[in-house]
Amino acid sequence: MKLLVCISKSPDTTSKIEFTDNNTKFNEGGVQYIVNPYDEWYALVRALELKETLGGSVTTITVGTAADEPVIRKALAIGADNAVRIDSEAKDAYYTAYQIAEYAKSGDFDMVLCGKETINYNGSQVGGMVAELMGLPFVSLATKLEVDGATATVHKEMSGGVEVVEVNTPFVLSAAKGMAEQRIPNMRGIMAARTKPLEVVAPADCDALVSFESYALPDAKTDCKYVDAGNIAELVDLLHNEAKVI
Amino acid sequence: MSVLVYIDTLNGSIAKNAMEAVYYGSKIGSTTVVTNGTIDEGALAELGKYGAQKVLIHRGLSSNDSSQLTNLVVAAAEAVSAETIVFSLDLTGRSVASRVSAKLKAGLVVGAIDLPAADGTVKVNVFSGKAYGNVKVNTAKKVIAITPNSIGIEAADGSASVEEFSADCGTAGIRVKEVQKQEGDVLLPEAELVVSAGRGLKGPENWGIVEDLAKVLGAATACSRPVSDIGWRPHHEHVGQTGLAIRPNLYIAAGISGAIQHLAGVNGSKVIVVINTDPEAPFFKAADYGIVGDAFEVLPKLTEEIQKLKAQN
Ligand SMILES: Cc1cc2nc3c(=O)[nH]c(=O)nc-3n(C[C@H](O)[C@H](O)[C@H](O)COP(=O)(O)OP(=O)(O)OC[C@H]3O[C@@H](n4cnc5c(N)ncnc54)[C@H](O)[C@@H]3O)c2cc1C
Repeated sequence: MKLLVCISKSPDTTSKIEFTDNNTKFNEGGVQYIVNPYDEWYALVRALELKETLGGSVTTITVGTAADEPVIRKALAIGADNAVRIDSEAKDAYYTAYQIAEYAKSGDFDMVLCGKETINYNGSQVGGMVAELMGLPFVSLATKLEVDGATATVHKEMSGGVEVVEVNTPFVLSAAKGMAEQRIPNMRGIMAARTKPLEVVAPADCDALVSFESYALPDAKTDCKYVDAGNIAELVDLLHNEAKVI
Repeated sequence: MSVLVYIDTLNGSIAKNAMEAVYYGSKIGSTTVVTNGTIDEGALAELGKYGAQKVLIHRGLSSNDSSQLTNLVVAAAEAVSAETIVFSLDLTGRSVASRVSAKLKAGLVVGAIDLPAADGTVKVNVFSGKAYGNVKVNTAKKVIAITPNSIGIEAADGSASVEEFSADCGTAGIRVKEVQKQEGDVLLPEAELVVSAGRGLKGPENWGIVEDLAKVLGAATACSRPVSDIGWRPHHEHVGQTGLAIRPNLYIAAGISGAIQHLAGVNGSKVIVVINTDPEAPFFKAADYGIVGDAFEVLPKLTEEIQKLKAQN
């Protein structure tokens, strides 16, 4: 199997979220970047497992600048064979998907995998867009993936349950929790990652369709109102008459 | 302005988040709804109450394949010359919205939580609920996918005309073999009331008190990440930065410490109640109401008091 896994960076989950330039820019000062958890824990690890049982290769693709290379090396340390970096900021989801689709079209991949969403912009757009741009089926929110020859059986989340579906390769898939277990890279993996091929490709011509004009932080919560554990009737009264939510 | 709203009605009824999408559309322009499957005509006409003028239904298409639905939505958008296409960000809406955006090269706003502002920008959640962003769409055609439970809806008098619609939607690349329905009546992503518990509950055998409270409230159940990781609860109940982000009216959290990654998924809730034995638990800083106490005592009492309230009303 020839597998392509989309890898994005996202700020460490404990990062303090702040904005600069009159709230128009995310303040990257002091922010540690990690591989987006859905890409790493689920998409990448399941791709590696498939390669281990079926043979083939796992290539990662990232739309990003040279500053993203540590995140790419981490994916290589976990076990990807080689990496591709499209040398540009990821301007918006469409721009990113367009770059990935352009590269993937020339690569004869059996599967393009991505995470369910990034934890910074939470867009969950790239997978569907790549599928549309390549004219391929899109299996979203997959929680289990088995492959037999050219047919895959996938469990995917649906409203109110799980759907078990079959799809022929090639296709695009977004991975959700349940697909695989997180792998911690070992020393050998980390050493090997340093010399694995990382190809830098110039971006294709494409315009971003949307832009973020400004950001805001939520209002701070007003103080918590404490109710005595011995007086639960009071809490019910507050929820009913004050908050009016029950 | 002509607006098209896609809603998923495959289970034969109209969910609240679908009504929200229709209502949202009607606040932007003259709204046509498109859907597919076998739902009753009467139920569709009712969408007039939320501002739909017209409903197009493709009876010949019974699948939720994202590629076929994309063709359906694009054909309907052409038929009504829609300038804005609205989706609910439910599981089907997510994948169809992104395909439609790519197919039409129309800018997509994902996770809208408010109507477009006067300057045309749309407010969305970013950083898993830790911040907001205002998104500008740079294309003439726009696609907006709204977060369930973000806008209040009001029903008015009205009835929509229902028309059969057909389009060549191509073939499904995905063949559905089996559908496994989830247990429990209330679905977490759309729930208005949620009862959630964490590691403080000590083991899966203790979840009865959580389910009892959820039942009297008509609430969905949720949990923290470690609880689903160790298999005490199913993955689809995991809320937080790496799970589901939800915005219920009421979120009751028992035995959850309130780590930053957990808060990210729930701080859009309108009212948060925290029950924790530790008065220093960080969750109290994000709470509207707090009880410093033992969940094993507080939850059953709360269930009992709510039963009393329900009996009075
Ligand atoms: C990259 C990353 C992503 C993550 N994503 C998520 C996510 O999406 N969602 C998520 O939830 N977590 C996430 N986490 C984990 C998060 O950091 C916390 O570890 C987790 O939320 C803690 O779960 P908890 O509150 O159930 O358990 P604990 O932190 O162990 O808290 C248990 C709480 O129960 C209280 N307690 C104990 N006994 C009782 C009792 N009898 N009655 C009442 N209270 C009691 C304790 O005082 C304590 O506050 C993530 C972590 C990382 C690193």
